[in-house]
Amino acid sequence: MRTIFSIMTDAVAYGMVLFIISIGLSIMMGLMRVVNLAHGAFAMIGGYLASYAIRDLHVHYSVAILMAVIGTIIVSIPFEILLYRRIYRKSDPLIQVLMTIGITFFIIGIVNFIFGPSLKSIPLPQTLSGPLDIGFRMLPTHRIFVIACGVVTALALWLLIEKTEFGIKLRASVDHSGMADALGIRTEIIYAVTFALAIGLGAFGGVVGAEILPIEPFYALRYMVIFLVVVSVGGAGSILGALSASLLLGLADTTGKYLAPEFGDFFFYLSVIVIVFLFPHGLFGRSHA
Amino acid sequence: MSEIVVNHVSPKRSIPFGQEAAGALTIIALGAIGYFLYPDDLAFLTRLIGIAFLVLSLDLVTGYCGVATLGHAAQFGVGAYATGIACVRGITDPVALLAIGLFAGAVMGLISGALIARFRGLPQLVLSIAVGQLVAALANKLSWLTGGSDGLSGITPGKVFGIFGFDMYSRTAFLFSLGVLVIVFVLLQRFVRSPFGLMCRGIKDDDLRARMIGVSIYPRLVLMYGVAGAVAGVGGALTAISTGVVGLDSVSFERSAEVLVMLVLGGAGHLWGALAGTIIFMIFEHMVAAANPFHWMTLVGLLLILIVVFAPRGLIEPVLTLLSRFKRKGSAA
Repeated sequence: MRTIFSIMTDAVAYGMVLFIISIGLSIMMGLMRVVNLAHGAFAMIGGYLASYAIRDLHVHYSVAILMAVIGTIIVSIPFEILLYRRIYRKSDPLIQVLMTIGITFFIIGIVNFIFGPSLKSIPLPQTLSGPLDIGFRMLPTHRIFVIACGVVTALALWLLIEKTEFGIKLRASVDHSGMADALGIRTEIIYAVTFALAIGLGAFGGVVGAEILPIEPFYALRYMVIFLVVVSVGGAGSILGALSASLLLGLADTTGKYLAPEFGDFFFYLSVIVIVFLFPHGLFGRSHA
Repeated sequence: MSEIVVNHVSPKRSIPFGQEAAGALTIIALGAIGYFLYPDDLAFLTRLIGIAFLVLSLDLVTGYCGVATLGHAAQFGVGAYATGIACVRGITDPVALLAIGLFAGAVMGLISGALIARFRGLPQLVLSIAVGQLVAALANKLSWLTGGSDGLSGITPGKVFGIFGFDMYSRTAFLFSLGVLVIVFVLLQRFVRSPFGLMCRGIKDDDLRARMIGVSIYPRLVLMYGVAGAVAGVGGALTAISTGVVGLDSVSFERSAEVLVMLVLGGAGHLWGALAGTIIFMIFEHMVAAANPFHWMTLVGLLLILIVVFAPRGLIEPVLTLLSRFKRKGSAA
């Protein structure tokens, strides 16, 4: 019982980190149809910025998160203007893969040049480190914090997309970009804002998830596959899909590591192959064909 | 990249087997340059040839069929591991080992093809990654068979044709690999211009139209994957034979990504492009990565972005344009 409970907590926290980072990628893929392999690289930039802000500028954790998110978005703007705009919607997947892998390598190289090739910790504030008593059991406070962040993110995104005018325009652009354009929606602005939102979410996830996915030089490559898998399993552009896929894969991966550490990766990728083969558009995705 | 024009297939060939002979002679000439000018770097050049097979193999599925894959090292790795395991278990004849690598690679190619070629776009990409990672996880965990993270060592192949033993200067390994490369390259030159090869190109350019004229796409792509797997398996076998070890790097994600960079650098959809990309990339890597691996990553990233933006058809394309212009001028005169 105790094992099951701790597996569940870890799995849900891990799944929430996956969700916060991947949902940005998922929205981008749903709207711009860009297979952005560099998404993890932007999450990594967020992590590095937060680590720098806390350890060298000695700011508070919450300020550091804010700085990391805004800083990463600022860093990403030239990439959007110069590169990503060329590959929105129209170009074939190979071009997108190549360009975004190029961006990933470039960012890894530059980040290591600036911050050095070592593991960066993001120290937690007093209130988040240590255990939290929830009545019948002690839980690590940070895990609870991550889960709460995930829930808040999901709710906020749902509100944004379903209830605001921006959400309406965004959904119109997803359904038919040309028609939305003709109706006077400035799709290029929608794209730019969505890009910033996606990158910001990635950076946010990179910072709050740093305890679970440690920030290190090859972060961008190591977890790129997992983020992509989450989007593919959940279905591009679907919040519910990304959430359930994150929790499912988080559970599969964590359980695998607890119960059969030798074959964790094996079962993880085997289940991914089966799911993607059976549901090529994801569990909750729609075909764009 | 759907607009690649088949501009190098001439309507009539003046000399029978002229292209094949030219291909073989060029590779032999390049090999001779390497052999006589850089006798100290033969081990590196042998590794380069091994990777060249993998890039050629990737060219068959990506350049000729338009399949975007990030797990192609699986075929290479399976070929290499099969060869290594067979060699450790007592089969030491290099040619037999090569056949084992070829067979294992082909089987792996058919399996991955059956999974990957079914879809296009994101599902295809994710499946290719997952297949590659699955093989990598197996290679890591079945350590009683593969040596796990220590790698599989103790591969000591016998003499080639019972005459030429493998020496520590890699002379035999280099010449053996070069010979196999010449044979495979000539065969592939024929293969990509066969009706089957041309049909694959047609599928890549417009799969809807191909389906409309009654081509069943899926079996063709799977078969092409099998051929590509065989080529990659040969490369893996040669690498295993010449280096004597098979490590996890031969199935890694990085390897898959790297060979994609090499292919695009040279020019996807051309066998010469694959070869040129491998040579340029590997030589640069040999020089820069030795100095600082992170500078190397920055450079590769920058290079890749520049290629996609400015020369999406690879470095081979301007050369081919020049060549065809030259030919046209020759026929006009």
